[in-house]
Amino acid sequence: MSDTENKSIGYYLRTHIREYGMVVALVAILAFFQVVTDGIMLKPVNLTNLFLQNSYIIIMAVGMLLVIVGGNIDLSVGSVVGFIGALAAVMIVHWDLPTVFVVPACLVVGAIIGAAQGYWVAYWRIPSFIVTLAGMLVFKGLTLALLGGASVGPFPSEFQAMSSGFLPDFFGGLIDGRFNVFSMTLGVALTALLPILGMRSRAKQAKFAAVDEPLAVFVTQHAVAGLAILFVTYLLSTYRGLPNILIIMAVLIAIFTFVTNSTTLGRRIYALGGNEKAAKLSGINTKRLTFFTFANMGMLAALAGLVFAARLNTATPKAGLAFELDVIAAVFIGGASMSGGVGKVIGAVVGALIMGVMNNGMSIVGVGIDWQQVIKGLVLLAAVIFDVYNKNKA
Amino acid sequence: MDTILEMKNITKTFPGVKALDDVSLKVERGEIHALCGENGAGKSTLMKVLSGVYPHGTYEGDILYDGGVQEFKDIRSSEERGIIIIHQELALVPLLSIAENIFLGNENSENGIVNWPATFARTGELLSKVGLKENPATLVTNIGVGKQQLVEIAKALSKKVKLLILDEPTASLQENDSQKLLDLLLEFKSQGITSILISHKLNEINRVADRITVIRDGKAISTLDARGGQITEDDIVKDMVGRDMAHRYPERTPNISKEKLMEVRNWSATHPLHPERKVVDNVSIDVAAGEVVGIAGLMGAGRTELAMSIFGKSYGTDISGDVLINGKPADVSTVEKAIAAGLAYVTEDRKEMGLILEESITTNITLANLGGVSERGVLNDGAERSVAEEYREKINIRTPNVGQKVVNLSGGNQQKVVLSKWLFAAPEVLILDEPTRGIDVGAKYEIYTIINQLAADGKGVIMISSEMPELLGMCDRIYVMNEGEIKGQLAAKDASQEAIMRMILKA
Repeated sequence: MSDTENKSIGYYLRTHIREYGMVVALVAILAFFQVVTDGIMLKPVNLTNLFLQNSYIIIMAVGMLLVIVGGNIDLSVGSVVGFIGALAAVMIVHWDLPTVFVVPACLVVGAIIGAAQGYWVAYWRIPSFIVTLAGMLVFKGLTLALLGGASVGPFPSEFQAMSSGFLPDFFGGLIDGRFNVFSMTLGVALTALLPILGMRSRAKQAKFAAVDEPLAVFVTQHAVAGLAILFVTYLLSTYRGLPNILIIMAVLIAIFTFVTNSTTLGRRIYALGGNEKAAKLSGINTKRLTFFTFANMGMLAALAGLVFAARLNTATPKAGLAFELDVIAAVFIGGASMSGGVGKVIGAVVGALIMGVMNNGMSIVGVGIDWQQVIKGLVLLAAVIFDVYNKNKA
Repeated sequence: MDTILEMKNITKTFPGVKALDDVSLKVERGEIHALCGENGAGKSTLMKVLSGVYPHGTYEGDILYDGGVQEFKDIRSSEERGIIIIHQELALVPLLSIAENIFLGNENSENGIVNWPATFARTGELLSKVGLKENPATLVTNIGVGKQQLVEIAKALSKKVKLLILDEPTASLQENDSQKLLDLLLEFKSQGITSILISHKLNEINRVADRITVIRDGKAISTLDARGGQITEDDIVKDMVGRDMAHRYPERTPNISKEKLMEVRNWSATHPLHPERKVVDNVSIDVAAGEVVGIAGLMGAGRTELAMSIFGKSYGTDISGDVLINGKPADVSTVEKAIAAGLAYVTEDRKEMGLILEESITTNITLANLGGVSERGVLNDGAERSVAEEYREKINIRTPNVGQKVVNLSGGNQQKVVLSKWLFAAPEVLILDEPTRGIDVGAKYEIYTIINQLAADGKGVIMISSEMPELLGMCDRIYVMNEGEIKGQLAAKDASQEAIMRMILKA
């Protein structure tokens, strides 16, 4: 390999140190717990649990990323999770409404809640911290009021399937009835699809200008990602297959990665967070965008609320308590900037996974909830210090 | 006369760049010494070495000041010896009073308890010294930039200044405020205070400086003695750019169409917070294809407000009047519609309102016309890159890579990015608000060339500038604005600085 090529790989990695650093950190943490838990960490059943336990955080982190990139914050999401769970429980258990109606209705209510808060932030310029702090109190209170202070449940099985169901094996468990062939097939298909999509976008870029990602980096990245997907789907297939919630998450991550990276909508949100005045003077409707990020966040919080209620199989007044903190922490660990304009969807997801793996690992090892909090707090601080240090060095 | 300051063989390197290369500077007691040079030449770096921003040990060479070698370790230690620097970007706290700002960090106090009567009395004395008639309790945010500059100087005086360094003090000042400030410097000189003045405005330097040191590419090129009065602006420019600049404004043969491209009729707007104040009052202006029209005026004349209220009602309330483009009424009620109607507005404040500093050159250039690089809302990054490359070449943006963040570019190159953004939006009429503010002579010439090219391509250009020579050098026609009204207009051949000033001042 020539010298200039080496240099450009080095340059590329240095300018993307944060993204790769995050993934390396996640792998290192996983490996660490794999060792100290004597291999329990990556057991198929634990891996399945890991996804189920963190699904609602990841779902919300994706929406929170847009809010934070737009230069705002949403503190109300935990309360909205609780409120929507309660609403679903009341609709299904008390009013006997069908799941197929309740789920979309709850999503709409969530979007309305987000829009109502976004309205004050966007059109009245009231700081989002204040508006959503108020929302947090309001919906915490409404949750209590809806549930009358008691838990409501259980849910019918079709509702639970959203969070605790698995993809059925359409191929009928060809191998000793336990290995989920359909799930594995999906994993293989995804592994094959990613490099094809990647090559296509490189080819498209090359038509106009030089491709800035070195080929060696592209190949390594896709090889590692492909192996990881194959490995995870293999492990999951030996247990019960891919959880439904994992599919929902994957679809959401794919949609939002696309929106943030490749659409004018995404670009405008980054511009809004990067410099609102400049964005406005460039003809961008900044108010409508802010409003949209909150409405979207509300809907995703509602989805998380449904998933969480389905997982517990009951709606409790305590549901969603302090979730907002985990979600916001995940986004910042994932490299987003408090002042807006910076952050990636995949970063937020990896941030959420890092928190999730640490929760899970420390619980297995037997670290008390007290010290878990301390350690998570320090990890958040360390991640942000790493960001600031990198920025100052550059 | 003895020497108050001698900087000997100063070399300062940053990773990969030699910002200062064996620079020596000698300043005599009681003189006004001007430092000239293009942006990035190393003037500010030299002053940062002197004032201890870059502490002793991070540079090579010696600072001899007031009779001995000095080893300043921070700003405080240089301030204790009477060296006070006033930066281009003012360091005042907007929501504190004038008095609080002047004594910030240096409070008139005993055991941590502030003596307010003494503070206000002392502030009053200092303000009268700098000729500022304001109540010491007035918040800094409520006075204009010119007065804020005076507050900075009063703050310097409160610290027993011996050597006053001013980094482009008049960059954001109007002609008459600049004159006042320069008079103040001459007044200080008579009191024995030595000043170092960094400025891009050669006429000002010529007026007040005793000696001029020119810095280019980190080296001291020459020290000119200006006391005899034989130094001309061209002499300075020659040393600054290293080549003869016979013409500071590029040649152009106007080819102005007879039809009006844009007409603004009876335009009025009021202040957003004070609805009784008409900031733009019944203004009518027009521009033809191929024409460069200037708007002259003092700060606060309402020029920026006029431009921004036309451009999508970005300023003011109660906006009334008509905009016609090619004779037909145009809807400019939002920025989006104004862009669609063929308008572009290049803001006077590129960092605050023009650029997303943490984003790449590419992202900034395509921002006002994302539709041009996308299909059904999906961006085509290849097309984006090729657009950026095209403008990098056409406009001569100096960067190795269009993926570079604009925060890392020099002022001139940042301005070129802003211009590229608006050129890519393909407007018919461009309103340029202070297009050359804070950029060096060489980059200015390039911007002028771009403006001429736009006119040659049949665009209409409206140029707002506080530098009268620039308007006189560039425009075909100049409107004169004052207190929100158009006071008159001058054809290029009849215009002079005196004529414009007379028009402003006539009641």
